[in-house]
Amino acid sequence: MIEGARWQRWLYFYCPLSVFVLGLLFPFYWMLVTTFRPDGELYRPWNRANYTPFWTTNPTLEHIYYLFRETLFSTWLWNTMFIAIVSTLISVFCGLLAGYALARLRFRLAGGLGTSIFVTYLVPPTLLFIPLADVIRTFRLADTPWALILTYPTFLIPFCTWLLMGYFKTIPKELEECARIDGASRIQAMLKIIFPIATPGILSAGIFAFTLSWNEFIYALVFINTPHQKTVPVGVVSELIRGDVFFWGPLMAGALLGSIPVAMIYSFFVEHYVAGLTGSVKG
Amino acid sequence: MTPRPDASARRAIRGASGSAAGLEAVLPRPGAARPALLGRLLEDERSLAYLLLTPTIVLLALFIAYPFVLGVWLSVSSATVGVAGHFVGFKNFDKAWNDSIFRTAAFNTFLYTGVTTVFKLALGVWLAVLLNRHFRGKRLIRAFVLLPFIIPTVLSTFAWKWMYDPTFSVINWGLWKLDLITTRINWLGDPYLSLISVMIVNVWRGVPFFAISLLAGLQTISPELHEAAAIDGANAWQRFWRVTWPLLLPVTMVVVLFSVIQTFADFQLVYVLTGGGPANATHLFATYAYQIGVGTGLLSEGAAISLAMFPVLFLVVVLQLWYIRRVETR
Repeated sequence: MIEGARWQRWLYFYCPLSVFVLGLLFPFYWMLVTTFRPDGELYRPWNRANYTPFWTTNPTLEHIYYLFRETLFSTWLWNTMFIAIVSTLISVFCGLLAGYALARLRFRLAGGLGTSIFVTYLVPPTLLFIPLADVIRTFRLADTPWALILTYPTFLIPFCTWLLMGYFKTIPKELEECARIDGASRIQAMLKIIFPIATPGILSAGIFAFTLSWNEFIYALVFINTPHQKTVPVGVVSELIRGDVFFWGPLMAGALLGSIPVAMIYSFFVEHYVAGLTGSVKG
Repeated sequence: MTPRPDASARRAIRGASGSAAGLEAVLPRPGAARPALLGRLLEDERSLAYLLLTPTIVLLALFIAYPFVLGVWLSVSSATVGVAGHFVGFKNFDKAWNDSIFRTAAFNTFLYTGVTTVFKLALGVWLAVLLNRHFRGKRLIRAFVLLPFIIPTVLSTFAWKWMYDPTFSVINWGLWKLDLITTRINWLGDPYLSLISVMIVNVWRGVPFFAISLLAGLQTISPELHEAAAIDGANAWQRFWRVTWPLLLPVTMVVVLFSVIQTFADFQLVYVLTGGGPANATHLFATYAYQIGVGTGLLSEGAAISLAMFPVLFLVVVLQLWYIRRVETR
């Protein structure tokens, strides 16, 4: 437990921690309140006497209705989900194979390839989006989900490879060697012994990759123009603002609902993140 | 599948003799049927490795390496949307260098990265130390603290934009109620204040990442070291600087360098909060490249502006690789 007198505990521990937690969570609370606040209350200047910021006396669902009836929000949700799932599957598949090869097999270019994959992990999307848009046009992928499904793995694969490589290194080599002495081929040992043991690592790589592709913004902004093809972040930014007018109610409702799938996945992620980091072999 | 004792024997020999790659060669056995070729290829370490790496290499070559080369070409050409363009040498870089907005963007990017990194590190270490204690509801608090990092940045940034709204700002209301201000603060409309407002959001979003990564580092430090130091008479402050901090340094370095890359190349926060305004006061490299390259369609100039980030990013990546090597070989 925390040592020291009661006032010390408050001063050095509870007070700073509460300030941190309040500060970090307040914007989400603000999103929530705004979502359910009627327009009449929403657009009331901050120095007006009846400004009641932290709650609302007559909550409303009008912003959520507006979002689903008047905008393409449900389409964007579906697009984002589809793109995130497919690009995650591709990335985990590639990362799994590449991670195994780099962690377990000896070949001449292992060091060089490992380093270059790590370096691509550090390449930020903003460095390449202009030429990449050109590449996408050349391949006639612009304005299709495939523009994103094929480009998201560029930052997801390096991440998955790196994470799974670390995970494979924690699995004792003896397990594989036993299987091979018992007559399994290299592929069989990989598929039937190593990959099942790596399941927690695969899961955390997948969950992380899913949240990363759900959050991606600049590629989706540049490669997609048709409102029907947009993802949630881009749709909210470009379609809920008309000129200079911000519809704050629907905007906050969109931000809230667009965050919920990730937040739900995250509740699993908390455990698997730790499991992925400290993964150990059972049995 | 038939048992292959020879393969495991080879492996055992290799294990014993370190890197005897010469033993790798698979001798063709008489009478081996055609389908066995695939089996042999998969059994051979090298060919299997290249096979497993093929999908990754193809995707990364197509969508990272090729665009990079193309980007370098674009930056020294006169291409615009729909026009291929021709070689113009360093004209685009020259133009950018003499462009006052580009200079502001460059200055902003360095300032933005430097200031936010210092704050993220300081607050992140503090929060990590707090979260490393044992208290009721620890798991829940840790899970909640990471939310700003998990929630899509663009969406949470909108909440901030709404909180910064000149007319309806809840922050202004709070400060006003506390008697700290008498007139409104124009968070995003004031050219001097707007970059600070963007920095605040960046710090808010970055602190959880620092805190949780550093917390993982803290948990590997044995509490016995602290107890020993305490017995020797070190106070909490001394224990942190003499015991915790040196042991935490490797994790800190990796986290900081990673965050520097992300912050230096940041786009979303500025794009949503200010769009580079007011009067181009808050542009970063990435947002200005977007405005020129996508907004006005001057592909070559946009590519040159975003490539201007490359030298710094390259340096940081080299530094990071060097540091990781050094830690690993120690």
